[in-house]
Parts: sequence; structure tokens; C-alpha cells
Amino acid sequence: MRDSRRYERVAFGVMAAATGIIIAPVLIILFIVLWYGVPGLSLEFLTAMPRDGMRAGGIFPAIVGTLVLTIGTAIFSIPLGILAAIYLNEYAGKNWMTRLVEISIINLAGIPSIVYGLFGLGLFVTFLGFGASILAGSLTLAIMTLPVIITATREALSSVPQQFREVSFSLGASRWQTVRGVVLPNAIPGILTGTILGLSRAAGETAPILFTVAAFYLPRLPESVFDQVMALPYHIYVLSTQVPNVSMKIQYSTVLVLVGMVFIMNIIAAYIRSKFRKRKTW
Amino acid sequence: MVENKSEIRNPKSEIKDSKSEQGNKIVTSKLNVWYDGKQALKDISLNVEMNEIMGVIGPSNSGKTSFLETLNRLNELYPGSRTEGQVLLDGKDIFKEIDKHLLRKKVGIVFALPLPLPLSIFDNVAYGPRLHGIKDKKKITELVEQSLKSAAIWDEVKDRLKENAFKLSGGQQQRLCIARTLAVEPDVVLYDEPCSGLDPISTLKIEEAMRELKKIYTQVLVTNNVKQSARVSDRTAFFLMGEMIELGATTQIFTSPKDKRTDDYISGRFG
Repeated sequence: MRDSRRYERVAFGVMAAATGIIIAPVLIILFIVLWYGVPGLSLEFLTAMPRDGMRAGGIFPAIVGTLVLTIGTAIFSIPLGILAAIYLNEYAGKNWMTRLVEISIINLAGIPSIVYGLFGLGLFVTFLGFGASILAGSLTLAIMTLPVIITATREALSSVPQQFREVSFSLGASRWQTVRGVVLPNAIPGILTGTILGLSRAAGETAPILFTVAAFYLPRLPESVFDQVMALPYHIYVLSTQVPNVSMKIQYSTVLVLVGMVFIMNIIAAYIRSKFRKRKTW
Repeated sequence: MVENKSEIRNPKSEIKDSKSEQGNKIVTSKLNVWYDGKQALKDISLNVEMNEIMGVIGPSNSGKTSFLETLNRLNELYPGSRTEGQVLLDGKDIFKEIDKHLLRKKVGIVFALPLPLPLSIFDNVAYGPRLHGIKDKKKITELVEQSLKSAAIWDEVKDRLKENAFKLSGGQQQRLCIARTLAVEPDVVLYDEPCSGLDPISTLKIEEAMRELKKIYTQVLVTNNVKQSARVSDRTAFFLMGEMIELGATTQIFTSPKDKRTDDYISGRFG
């Protein structure tokens, strides 16, 4: 008896340590970014154009660029991903075709982001002739985000109890009426959460935008979807490797802004989830 | 929709209009059902008379639920199901002559477990009518009230219609589900062991409601509780291993069954 207790205690200790180790990098990154980044933050930094070869001024165009790209990604990936997920989960039969689609989605999620970047360069920038542009970048990011949205949406749909569907069918509802009437209303919080997490991932990606949209230095705002934009992740890469003598302050503050944007999205997702858990009644 | 209502609600006009003979509401012949190649129903040929309560008894796995779910084609929701044979509703073939969504509207079902939707009490009952295109708020409110009254739960919920249906007790939830089924104005109501999870008082209330509903609906009651069938049904069918062994007036089945297996089952010698 005593031995098993001791084992248990040791096992708990190991698990607690593992959990602690998981938290540590997040805390350390946050601490460093805040510590060095906060002093450089100012209204001017957030709203001004960069000057002196990006060694002074602000990062306004990069913030706008990242926002625009995230919205563009959302426009392309959300309808496509959610509709595909509804089809796969609620309509498609279980046959080799759907299995193939499922395997494709899993593999799509596993493709390295640089490959998406090159794919976007080949398809959107060159072949379709969009050039390096917001359109090409958004589409590339959207393809990368699709598997996340599809998977999250399917999980949310599957979590709606099967009996609710049966009840709806038993009252004479068509499949679409059932999806709209009982499935979607109960799945939407999960869909939103997954979608926001997917988009926040896309907002921070560098490789897919590298060849498809990101501008090295472009101190003005875009005027059409065929314009290039600066974007925060690429801007950070440029500041830290491509431009000599950039003050650490500017680098850290830029990182802080990007991390802050992604965090805000994740917090919104977490908030929606917790709010829904409280409301959920079954 | 509104014109249809009086027709559906009035069983007498149905009798005149329908091609069915001897006041049969449902007639099945040589009905066979398989799930993933496993046969659940074997050559079921029977009739359900207009406005009767037909009890279906039998041990578990005897095909009672499969029988019910075939009557409104809910069994087709399972990908591996296959059906052969004929089912006539008012003389019309339900597989060929009636759209399955319309069929499910006409033949409602109450499941074994109370399964409210995660909506308010009101919206649960209004769900069906709204599906079928009724938009007039006054009409929906009337339907909801009337259905809740028919299911003998109106007095208990009339002041809390906006509350979530999951806040009701199990027995209340089941009566709510009956009301929800009635709200689409069916001709036939199927019950799949509706009282299996309920206390005796809730069971009593549901049985009383069923007797009251006889005036308007044809009802089929599948039950594991032999005594329940004896209490409420006019005729009783005994199912065993997917076959119908015997069908007769409830008093006959319970006093002088013709088949020994029926006798064994109702006297509790097996099952």
C-alpha cells in the first residue's frame, strides 16, 4: 500500500514538473518581450510610417498589412472551410471518396508553411498573374488555414448530440433544416473558437507571405488588393536580420505588437468558449 | 397549411377519403428490415386500425423499435439499413407514394428517452410547426398551447414557457416531447418505450394522455412493460426475434394467448 502511494506521489510530481516546463517558455517569452518591448511603445510607434531605413518612426503600415491579410484570409477560408466541414460531417456518406478527402485535409495540415509560400508564388503570383499582392497572400494563407478551420468545425458539429438530429428528422425536417435548426446553433461557438485560433496562427506566419505579398519596405498604405503590403512577421525578420543597426527597442516593440495582436485573438476565442460552456445545458 | 389542418385533425374525413378498408390506418405486408446485413424484422404483416392504441410487446432485440422506426422511415438514417416489403398509410405506399419528410410529419414518434432540444419549452414545441412553414405567431402560439394541453403538461409549464426545456423533470420532459410530436399535427403517434425511464406517476400521466389522444390519433405503443400494454392498448402484438408471433385484442392476448411463446412471455417465464 505504502509503495503504491509513493509511486503515485512520484508520478504526480513528474506530471506536475512536465506541466511546469510547458508553461515556462510562454512565460519567459512574454516576460522578455514585455520587458524590452513596452518602453518602445508609443502612439507614434503604432501610427507612424517607418523612417531612416526602418531605424526610426513607426510600424503603422506593417500593422495595417497584417490586419488586412488576416481579414483577407478570413474572407477566403471561413466560408469555404465551414461549408466543406458541414458537407463532410452532415451530408457525405462514409465511402472511399470522403476518406480520401479526410486524408487530404490531414496532410494539408502537415505541409510545411514554406511549401505553401512557394505554392502561392507558383499558382497565385505567377500562373494566375496576381503578382505579389494582398490577394495572392490572403489566398495562400487561406489555404494554409483551411485544414484548421475544417477540423475545428467538424469537431464542433460532431459534438452536437446525434439524438438532436434524430428528433429534428422525426418531426419531418430536411437535412438542411436540421443543420440550420439544431446543429449549427449549437456548434457555432466551437466553430468560432477554432476559426479564430486558425486565423491567429495565419496572422503570425512568415513563410507563406514571404513570396506572395510581403514588402521589404513600403512606407505607405495599400490602395487595392493587388498592392503589396508590409506585414509584422516579415517586418520582424527584416529588422532582425536584414537591416544593420536597428535598435533593440524597435525590434522588441514590433514583436510585442505582433504577439499582442495574436494574443488578443486567442483571448477572444477562449472567452467565447468559456461563455458557451456556461450556457450549454445538455 | 391552415386548410390542411382540419383534414388531418378530423379522422372521420380520413376514413372516407382513404382507400383503406375496414378502417385500417397502417397496413404492412411482408416487411423485412436489415441492419448491416443482420435481419431485424422478418415478414411482418399486420394492420393498425384507425384510432386504436396498438401495443407492441416483446423482449429486447425482438425488432419492436425497428418496426416503429420503419413506419416513418427513420431507420433509413442508419447507413447500413435495408428495407423490403410494403407499408401502406391510408392506402398509400410510404416508400413510393409519400415524400419521407411529409411521412414523418404524418407519423410522429416519441423516443424512449426524453430528448428535448436545447431550446426553450415554447421553442421545443414550436420547432416542428416552424419547420413546416407556419410563420404566423398567433397560430404557432395556439398550436403550442393546444399541444401542451393534449400532452397533459400545460398547467405545469404555462408560466415558464421561456425557460430551457432541460430544467424540466424527466417525466415533464417526456410529456414535452409528446407535445412537440403533436404540434406538427400528425395522424399517427408512435411511442418507443416512452415511460422506460420514468416514475410511476409520470407514467400514469402519460398513459392518461394517450387514452385522451385516442379521439384524434392512431397510436402505436412499443413497451418493455407488459402491464403497460395491458393497461392502455386495444390490441397487442407480440414480437420475438424479429417476427410477429401473435396479434390480437389485448384481453385475448393476456387471457388466452394462442401461441405458447406469447403465454411464456406475458407470464414472465422468459424475457
